[in-house]
Amino acid sequence: MTDPARIRNFAIVAHIDHGKSTLADRLIQRTGAVSEREMKEQLLDSMDIERERGITIKAQTVRLDYRARDGRDYVLNLIDTPGHVDFAYEVSRSMRAVEGSLLVVDASQGVEAQTLANVYQAIDAGHEIVPVLNKIDLPAADPDRVRAQIEDVIGLDASDAVLISAKTGQGIEDVLEAIVNRLPPPRGDRDAPLKAMLVDSWYDSYLGVVVLVRIIDGVLRKGDRIRMMQTGAAYQVDRIGVFRPGLQPVEELGPGELGFLTASIKQVRDTRVGDTITHERRPCDAPLPGFKPAQPVVFCGLFPVDSNDFEDLRDAIEKLALNDASFTFEMETSAALGFGFRCGFLGLLHLEVVRDRLEREFGIDLITTAPSVVYRIHLRDGSMMELHNPADMPDPMKIDRIEEPWIKATILVPDEYLGDVLKLCQDRRGVQTDLTYAGSRAMVSYDLPLNEVVFDFYDRLKSVTRGYASFDYQMADYRPGNLVRMSILVNEEPVDALSVIVHRDKAEARGRAMCEKLKELIPQHLFKIPIQAAIGGRVIARETISALRKDVTAKCYGGDVTRKRKLLEKQKAGKKRMRQFGKVDIPQEAFINALKMDG
Amino acid sequence: MNLPAPAAGTPVAEDWRAGGFGVYVHWPFCLSKCPYCDFNSHVAGAMDQERWRRALLAELAETAREVPGRRVDSVFFGGGTPSLMPAETVAAVIDAIAGHWQLPADAEVTLEANPGAVDAARFQGFRRAGVNRISIGIQSLDDESLRRLGRLHSAAEARGALDLARAIFPRVSFDLIYARQYQDPAQWRAELAEALALGPDHLSLYQLTIEPGTAFAARHARGRLPGLPDADTAALMFEQTQEICARAGLPAYEISNHARPGSECRHNLIYWRLGDYAGIGPGAHGRLTRGGTRLATANLRAPEAWLAAVETRGNGREGVQALSGTEQATECLLMGLRLTEGVALARLARLGAAPDPGRLAMLAGEGLIWTRAGRIGVTPAGRLVLDAVIAALAP
Repeated sequence: MTDPARIRNFAIVAHIDHGKSTLADRLIQRTGAVSEREMKEQLLDSMDIERERGITIKAQTVRLDYRARDGRDYVLNLIDTPGHVDFAYEVSRSMRAVEGSLLVVDASQGVEAQTLANVYQAIDAGHEIVPVLNKIDLPAADPDRVRAQIEDVIGLDASDAVLISAKTGQGIEDVLEAIVNRLPPPRGDRDAPLKAMLVDSWYDSYLGVVVLVRIIDGVLRKGDRIRMMQTGAAYQVDRIGVFRPGLQPVEELGPGELGFLTASIKQVRDTRVGDTITHERRPCDAPLPGFKPAQPVVFCGLFPVDSNDFEDLRDAIEKLALNDASFTFEMETSAALGFGFRCGFLGLLHLEVVRDRLEREFGIDLITTAPSVVYRIHLRDGSMMELHNPADMPDPMKIDRIEEPWIKATILVPDEYLGDVLKLCQDRRGVQTDLTYAGSRAMVSYDLPLNEVVFDFYDRLKSVTRGYASFDYQMADYRPGNLVRMSILVNEEPVDALSVIVHRDKAEARGRAMCEKLKELIPQHLFKIPIQAAIGGRVIARETISALRKDVTAKCYGGDVTRKRKLLEKQKAGKKRMRQFGKVDIPQEAFINALKMDG
Repeated sequence: MNLPAPAAGTPVAEDWRAGGFGVYVHWPFCLSKCPYCDFNSHVAGAMDQERWRRALLAELAETAREVPGRRVDSVFFGGGTPSLMPAETVAAVIDAIAGHWQLPADAEVTLEANPGAVDAARFQGFRRAGVNRISIGIQSLDDESLRRLGRLHSAAEARGALDLARAIFPRVSFDLIYARQYQDPAQWRAELAEALALGPDHLSLYQLTIEPGTAFAARHARGRLPGLPDADTAALMFEQTQEICARAGLPAYEISNHARPGSECRHNLIYWRLGDYAGIGPGAHGRLTRGGTRLATANLRAPEAWLAAVETRGNGREGVQALSGTEQATECLLMGLRLTEGVALARLARLGAAPDPGRLAMLAGEGLIWTRAGRIGVTPAGRLVLDAVIAALAP
């Protein structure tokens, strides 16, 4: 157990690409926690998807030993937090588990909206914050401008910001010294009853569920009987240890320490991020404040491309769910797509991550239907239902009113693109609530219906601002909306998986856009295919895919037939990624891409 | 690589007999490489003709040992530019075929000629060797178009080659490429009328195709191949070609091939009717049925590699594959539906790939296929979208 005075716990707050993971890697390297041989880029992002997308999904932690310039040895615990708004709650919990943050800002790019959201969380959590300006080796680096921006936008004193280049290693030592000298040590009473925060948990195929904990008060030892205060479940602790970053067993964890425990917990689902862990025999009097269970806000259908894969999909989803308590699923039947699952996610990134993992780790080809938010349908009989799936929309005659979820969005954008951003938000039914300037950048706040954002808002925002805008949001409230269900008919047949709920005023434009998009996405057939959008029985938009005009190989002799056959076999295999509706083959990407609007 | 030992008990029976047996000999050399051509062709420098002759004869002898006792319906010298072959080599190959197998006097023996590589003495040599049909790659009757196609000859030279061939060989065919850069339907109709006025009894009329890996494909990708007709225009040109040729007494018997009845290319009919054929020479493919198994053979493409392989092990094969029933059925559709006469449904059924009745009904409903007298074929409308029709029917 370490003297709390020699412990520093910290997180790194940064926008994607501003160098958080590279800095973490450098700190690990500099303190010798990992040998050169073991060093992989972005060491803490352990999932393939995390490495590929450069994002962090699960909180990870590493314990570093550092002998400071004052000659004393310190234990530095770094928590690498999820950086995406979908995982905002996880971020807030991780922040509560440490006392300070490094605010890493790209010295050439400046502060972004996502940085803001996370830095506010850090301020909320009472952190001491050390600004770090990264990438100072770049010719475009402008530390003075970015310092001023940090002071203007965030209100933090950036005069003694640490200047570094995580890439070249310049300034890493200064960062370590700043952690030791400027961040406060944790406080805690070693004699008090055990009080520990469940920061995160994940499934390990050898150890079962591994729980990341921060000890607030008391001491946790191997063999202790513990209780989770929110779920009420009790366990016997099998193992405790710390991360270096591999798991290393220790005898006990005391106040201020970050470590792990295992306790024969079967599923990640049995653990709740933010829960309070205490001793069964001698519990603490009150749990830590701020616990809330994860609430899915975006739903979509996941169907196997090959209907024979349904059972495999079920197994895969169940396995993933063991390790991800924030995602929900229930079986769904679609006339168009057969058997599948209606799944709920924390946000779109979460959706994409789960879908990618199902396809990649379990090898199942999936059709993803249009994401939908949760609508509250108030019926004339006074009852209320939550609608996760447009296909389940009750008869409009029975509906009194429909409410939809709204968000509060913050967008930071250079001046020159502000007009385009305002137009985009206006088009998406946004209500402006604030507009301020920080230097040449505008910070604009909007209330927006989530169903206008859930799909391609972020892509559109990036495209109209050439990638210079940053965006963050939080759930706000439910508001009534004039909403209708729009159906899509392909070759006169309704395709249930393509129906969407839209605002009535936008239905026609949306219907037209979807029909046009489907016209691009569905290949020409040997016959012409009408595509229609309809509300109830009324067609509001229509396109026609003309019949294939010419598709014939000019030459085919004895030397060509093998190649042509192989080409045809490949084409047939590709067709498996299509779904047949009546006579029409619809490519699986069409179900999600049909909603992407270009304008 | 030798053929596997004959296996018993496969469903193929001896269906190849419906198509006959041919020998294809590939001569991979050209004077220059045409920018649209994706065939196995190479521009050769000095070469050892004696060595090449020996190699062709060696591979032929080996193949004859594998499928002995055949009657040869057709021999075809293709390329490349086989009109560059020494006449003695052509003679030696034909004599060897006659020696190993049975080569009836009325067998068709075709050689492809390039107008840029012919002269009277050479043609007479080929004729003496036993060649009785010449197929000339004229490609266009317009000098500007020939230049764009990268051809070394002029339209006048092409006509000269045609006259010469007709004076020497009993049967002559020629090729044209249409739907070219800057060609509109009226221009093509005029050129086709000019071609028909030359009085051919066989014509191969190919729409220009941008094949992957060619110089044209690279130019096309960079947007440097302007003036190509769009799909609608190309479709119209195809339809007009069918009508004009039919009126002139040379109806299409295959997608791109037109003949007076009785003048069809028997060799190519072997391919389209799924007969057997031996592939001799670099990159040549073969289909050989032995003991009820249909084998696909493929030779090494690089001339030197093929030569070395033949010299060390008697054949230049890169691979031999036994075709499954499904693969044969796919080939049967790919090849057979190109023919106006279509495919026998019983043959598809024997391969375990009788077409799905729902698909047949859909295609017939769209007016793209016909079925009668136990056969299935594509209608004139279906020919334009044949690849999609085949994809719909393929097992």
